[in-house]
Amino acid sequence: MTSKISSAVLPAAAPHTADRDRGTRIALILLGLGVAVAAPFLLYPVFVMKVLCFALFACAFNLLIGFAGLLSFGHAAFFGGAAYVTAHAAKVWGLEPALSILLGTASAALMGLVFGALAIRRQGIYFAMITLALSQMVFFLALQLPFTGGEDGIQGVPRGRLFGLFDLNQPLVMYYFVLAVFLAGFALIWRTVHSPFGQVLKAIRENEPRAVSLGYRTERYKLLAFVLSASLAGLAGGTKALVFQLASLTDVTWQMSGEVVLMTLLGGMGTLLGPVVGAGFVVALGNYLAATSLPVPVVIGAIFVVCVLLFRRGIVGEIAHHLRRRST
Amino acid sequence: MRSILLAGTALATLASGAAHAQMSDNVIKIGMLSDRSGIYADINGEGSAIAARLAAEEFGNAVNGTKVEIIVGDHQNKADIAANLARQWIDTEKVDVVADVPNSAAALAVQVITRDKKRLFLMSGPGSTDLTGKECSPYGFHWTWDNHAVASATARALVEQGRKSWYFLTADYAFGHSLEAEAASTLKEIGGTVKGGVRHPLGTSDFSSFLLQAQSSGAQVVGFANAGGDTINAVKQASEFGLPQGGQTMAALLLNINDVHALGLPIAQGLTLANSFYWDMTDETRAWSKRFEERTGRKPSMNQAGVYSSVKHYLKAVQEAGTDDPDKVAAKMRGMPVNDMMMKDVRIADNGRVMNHMYLLQVKTPAESKHPWDYFKVLKDIPGDQAYIDPKKSGCPLVK
Repeated sequence: MTSKISSAVLPAAAPHTADRDRGTRIALILLGLGVAVAAPFLLYPVFVMKVLCFALFACAFNLLIGFAGLLSFGHAAFFGGAAYVTAHAAKVWGLEPALSILLGTASAALMGLVFGALAIRRQGIYFAMITLALSQMVFFLALQLPFTGGEDGIQGVPRGRLFGLFDLNQPLVMYYFVLAVFLAGFALIWRTVHSPFGQVLKAIRENEPRAVSLGYRTERYKLLAFVLSASLAGLAGGTKALVFQLASLTDVTWQMSGEVVLMTLLGGMGTLLGPVVGAGFVVALGNYLAATSLPVPVVIGAIFVVCVLLFRRGIVGEIAHHLRRRST
Repeated sequence: MRSILLAGTALATLASGAAHAQMSDNVIKIGMLSDRSGIYADINGEGSAIAARLAAEEFGNAVNGTKVEIIVGDHQNKADIAANLARQWIDTEKVDVVADVPNSAAALAVQVITRDKKRLFLMSGPGSTDLTGKECSPYGFHWTWDNHAVASATARALVEQGRKSWYFLTADYAFGHSLEAEAASTLKEIGGTVKGGVRHPLGTSDFSSFLLQAQSSGAQVVGFANAGGDTINAVKQASEFGLPQGGQTMAALLLNINDVHALGLPIAQGLTLANSFYWDMTDETRAWSKRFEERTGRKPSMNQAGVYSSVKHYLKAVQEAGTDDPDKVAAKMRGMPVNDMMMKDVRIADNGRVMNHMYLLQVKTPAESKHPWDYFKVLKDIPGDQAYIDPKKSGCPLVK
């Protein structure tokens, strides 16, 4: 059982040789960190920051669907809602950037608590529909409330100085700040998944009645996972508001909830790195196709169809599957 | 005498060759940032890129020996993609000017970036008056129209014809509210009355209850403060409910020639609207629109004509200033009147507002229309000073 879970979680590692397993894991982590540190010198920094924000968003979403088996179709509410709160706090109240993001994250956590408390009473499609309906309410609030600026959004949000020390208007400073936020969020997810709490979540995903019969109060676990996922989505949204210096309706539309599903599925649901790869892929497509004459939504749609038909486990999931087959 | 001679020589040197050295790099790059796949793809989109190319071709695709290059981008109506693309263009591709940008949210985002990075921004498509108000920029130029111009011009002209009492059908989002507010404040100013109004959600397909309220209000004019698909649906259903036959004037506060083309004359006939360009007005507009139609298969919208006008004015300013330095070119653009097939001696205000004329148009009946795209009668020519918000009252800090 344990080996099955760990191989599902860390697909690149071979389960039967612990030492080699550990070695590859550390090598992979170092490689990943190296790429992340070098990225702004190779690619356009704002683009990489966008990838990181969406990667964190997708990881947060994946925590819920990949490990707790809950398909939320309303995660844009947390992502976009936090973006509005952060933008408002930074622009109108003139708060310090980290504090603004924290406030955005807190608002997402609160929303997550309310949404979660209502939604986890139902399962499957009903769960998805409740989250969708609630997030649509947030969309209409964002459209109508005076502080959001309607469809014009909150624009010209100042990035400010982090802790009063670091000038975030410098692209590299901003980049490493975003990278730190991403790594902190990712580490939290990694820790959650590998904790006893994470194991219970997986048990609920596999067979909820059995988890109940073992004496777990599954609603509490599900609610906590929901709030955690919402908060991390909010963290991503708040950070994105500072990166782009704007918060707009795009981030609260249901299409955004769909986009994060797409990112997670493309990358590989239930793998830790999958959502990161998926987010990078979708954001890169949106960005690089924008300067060509190809219609972006059509291309992304076609890729999604191909992905679902040919490699259902997603990019990372499929690679992991092949590695595992070769090692056994 | 000597100083005059010296100045003369200096001028001559500047004109010959030296001008070339003033360019920041070997190319003048124009970034056409537009919606190329969504709801604005018809009224801006690829047509805007073609309009810009037509302008560049008039200069032989080069200014003072420096090549003019046009690149395109699709912001997909997302402000963050618009911001990302504009930033990337300026930082890595050395784009000198960003143009077009329909969608106010996207335009506001780009305005912030071009202001920070000191690059010129030519807008033809967004409607928000904030772009030349509290969010104005010394590098931002707003061409073609804004919410105030289209709404208040229509209101003013109809009141002058004795159509004084209004009822509003408003799309329930910031753009709709803004159109309604602009029209209503004009009505109040000149003695019109607002008999009431109703707000419909964005993307409504059934307008029947709203239209019945408008009908029973007894107002002389029903003002549609919405856009695109909403206006098309509302107008269609209004004609089915017999509003125009009952003597009510239908005024669309924002309508493009493409919308009329989509609706067809039997339904759109009689609609009153304001545009800053109609292809069939002078020999010049007809000649240019013909060139445009040869490339695209359709007549230009006012936004596309505005793109042509803005790019041409920009290139002319670069030519006259002998440099692509953003500050100098911006000063030159403000310093000389806009003159082309669309505009005659139009000045640019300090807040970046291009004070072009607006034309009050009425959609022809099928019997009046003699050939394809023969859609509008020009009822009135409204000078820019009357059409736009007085720059002094715009709230823009650049205006003293």
